[in-house]
Amino acid sequence: MTEHPEGTHATTQGDSPAETVGLRNVVRERWHALPFVQRAAISIGLEILLAILFFFVDRALGYAVLTVAALYWIRRLPRFPWKLAAQALLVALFGIFGPRSFAAAIAIAFAVFWIPERRRTWALPIVAIGLTILYPFYQPKMFTIPVLGVWPDVATGVVMLVFVMMAVGLNIVVGYAGLLDLGYVAFYATGAYTAAWFASLQFPHTTWHFGAIGIDPKLPGIHVTIWLLLVLAGVITALFGIIIGLPTLRLRGDYLAIVTLGFGEILPQIARNGDNLFGTGVNLTNGPNGITPIDTLGFGNTISRWTGGFLPSNYLQCCSANHLGHQVQSTDVFFWTALVLLLFTVFCSLRLQYSRLGRAWIAIREDETAAAAMGIPLMRTKTWAYASGAFFGGIAGAYYATFKSATFPGDFFFNISVFILCMVILGGMGNIWGVVVGAAFLAYLDREGLANTGAWINGNVHIGGWHPNLDVPLYASGIYGLIILVVMLFRPEGLIPSRRRAAELHEGAHDEPLYDVVHAGAEG
Amino acid sequence: MTSEATVTSFATRFRRVSVVGALGLVFVGLLLFWLAVNLVRTPSDFFDVLLIGLTTGCVYALVALGYTLVYGILELINFAHGDVFMLGGMFTITYSTSFFGLHQGQGFAIVPIVFATLLLAMVSCGLLNAAIEFVAYRPLRGAPRLAPLITAIGVSFIIQDVGLAWKGPNYVTAPDVFPHSKVFSFRGVDYSWNKLIVVLITVPVLLALLYLVQQTRQGKAMRATAQDKDAAAIMGINVNRTISFTFLIAGSLAGAAGLLYSLYVTTVRFDQGFQLGLIAFTAAVLGGIGNLPGAVLGAVLIGLIQAFNEGLNWHAPGSDWTQSIVFSILILILVFRPEGLLGERTPEGG
Repeated sequence: MTEHPEGTHATTQGDSPAETVGLRNVVRERWHALPFVQRAAISIGLEILLAILFFFVDRALGYAVLTVAALYWIRRLPRFPWKLAAQALLVALFGIFGPRSFAAAIAIAFAVFWIPERRRTWALPIVAIGLTILYPFYQPKMFTIPVLGVWPDVATGVVMLVFVMMAVGLNIVVGYAGLLDLGYVAFYATGAYTAAWFASLQFPHTTWHFGAIGIDPKLPGIHVTIWLLLVLAGVITALFGIIIGLPTLRLRGDYLAIVTLGFGEILPQIARNGDNLFGTGVNLTNGPNGITPIDTLGFGNTISRWTGGFLPSNYLQCCSANHLGHQVQSTDVFFWTALVLLLFTVFCSLRLQYSRLGRAWIAIREDETAAAAMGIPLMRTKTWAYASGAFFGGIAGAYYATFKSATFPGDFFFNISVFILCMVILGGMGNIWGVVVGAAFLAYLDREGLANTGAWINGNVHIGGWHPNLDVPLYASGIYGLIILVVMLFRPEGLIPSRRRAAELHEGAHDEPLYDVVHAGAEG
Repeated sequence: MTSEATVTSFATRFRRVSVVGALGLVFVGLLLFWLAVNLVRTPSDFFDVLLIGLTTGCVYALVALGYTLVYGILELINFAHGDVFMLGGMFTITYSTSFFGLHQGQGFAIVPIVFATLLLAMVSCGLLNAAIEFVAYRPLRGAPRLAPLITAIGVSFIIQDVGLAWKGPNYVTAPDVFPHSKVFSFRGVDYSWNKLIVVLITVPVLLALLYLVQQTRQGKAMRATAQDKDAAAIMGINVNRTISFTFLIAGSLAGAAGLLYSLYVTTVRFDQGFQLGLIAFTAAVLGGIGNLPGAVLGAVLIGLIQAFNEGLNWHAPGSDWTQSIVFSILILILVFRPEGLLGERTPEGG
């Protein structure tokens, strides 16, 4: 971050009077003037009161409030011996009385934070990856989260991973390059339909097989192995992104957004009306009925035998292995494959971030004119951002279509674009870890969380004699809209911000005046 | 670098003038040919569809003006505008049926009811729009310009769900009170009263808006703020209040459009506003965003294009493709002629 001495100065000057006026600031100042013990006593008292209140609504929620409060205070204890002792006590308490799985979870979390900070950059992702790989084994044994309900099952996990992958792809466009793309669903659709065309019965007049798994070799239609199709979908979608990008990327931000929105609306309509294109009888997409079934994934008998059955021959006829008391199922294999794809996406995204191209994206995002003056080719750089974002979107779309074994035009509404955008914004534009967490959480909410929350509200909340009967998932898009609004107003850098992006968003007006005096003068 | 830039700009200009211009002319020529063939083959259908297009064009004009006013002053695509329009339709249904007991077969008694409802719907939507500006856009005045655009999408989704929670997921029907009897007949085509009423309500509203923006002190403040906020502030104009006022006006236009739409089409659903809003936005871009007569012209053109596409018999793509056609127009205009047909103050126009 290049410090802007004048800007910083102006900001501090502007802020200082604001800190002494207003009820909120006065209360805050009084609060900080109190001695620490008093503050701690008041907070703990309030927390216990809150817990008791929630206890009447739902027992588990009361315990959850207490636990969160305990976790907060433990964080602030001196490391030796109090912090260690308190952590051990908490784990022991849950180990004896509460859900064992929760004891294990907090034990692992505490252990991770005992790792020295400079090793943590490596240790945290490794632990996270390890826990994700093992997820199908311990998922049935996990505790129930208050309000949100049980942990998502593995099939939901696959969808979550796919959406995380799309969000990481969109993050390249929105987070790195600062181009608002409201039609990301078009890339998702392109990937899905690529998989559907080349691995289904969609074109019955051609029969062409290339490494397809688990189907009769005489089956009509084009059947190419999905592994190749994932790559092909990525490449085709990237090309599509370039085709969209070339004429439109020279437009300024909001016009670009609306043009991408336009493409995002046109493409699904073509998919919807594609069963009889312009009355010519050409059936390209099978219209609203969608293309189904799509061939499944698999490594084939030969590779499967070589690896001693470790890589399954056919994902759907899987698996005989039984590890750690868990019968491995085909969803588990889909889950692991999705994880591999996601790791590939995250890896590429991380490597791109500070590459020559990535730095060019950041430069364009921060100040397009200055970037051009420094010799960055604007069009080429932006097109690359589009193509890379589209590439991952295409792979994710193709994989999702394979997992569902179907693709329908109804899956590609504008809502999905905004949904993925919401993931990026919630997590923190430009920060991969933030985007991964935000996307996983929102995808979970979308699939299970909102329904569970609705059930909890309807079951546990009574105000007087009134029982709410809410259909919470019905209002999903409004809830995402609210998340977008609240995040943009109060924390535009997202929950886990990228430091650089946060500085930009708060500095804001210095870089890009809303109404440019020079520009208006030149125009008028 | 310099020579390269000159070459590129020259090449761009050359390409823009000759190839794109020629292609555009060919395209317009084909369109006219298609219209002419349709006119010759089925003249009565053609005129019928023409009248429908003009009527929907009027409704679009009211919505498009809201987009254009807000874009002119803030350079913000107010995605929530279409949804305010949708709520305008719902306000109309509630006010007219629940408050005033509007129902079919009241004769001339509908006139005062419709006017009272129009006033109420305009005020409600105007206040709602101003409130949206206050909550969602004003705190982001100094932020990068994409920030308010993103909140606008969020607000749009929220308002849709307000409509959903209020009126449910199905179509809400309004009483069909506008008389369908004919005003006059032309070659077997009836021009019915319900279409004429839409025009009769739209035109005075448009004239009032034009008077407001061009003749009054407040309108002068709006134009000054649109041109240069800082200079306007120096001249003693309260910029924030002017922006709020603009949103109020834009919202009340959306309210009027909501009334016309709900009473003319007689059905409203919570998710209609967004799609229709995008069509109206296309109209505003087509006419030249920031340009008031342009928005009306663009809206009428888009209304006609939509009606011709959906109503003509000979090789019309049909309503399945309306969305695609409108968005193709939007993309083509933005890419090749961002200043629109009438051309006005867009930063990348020149």
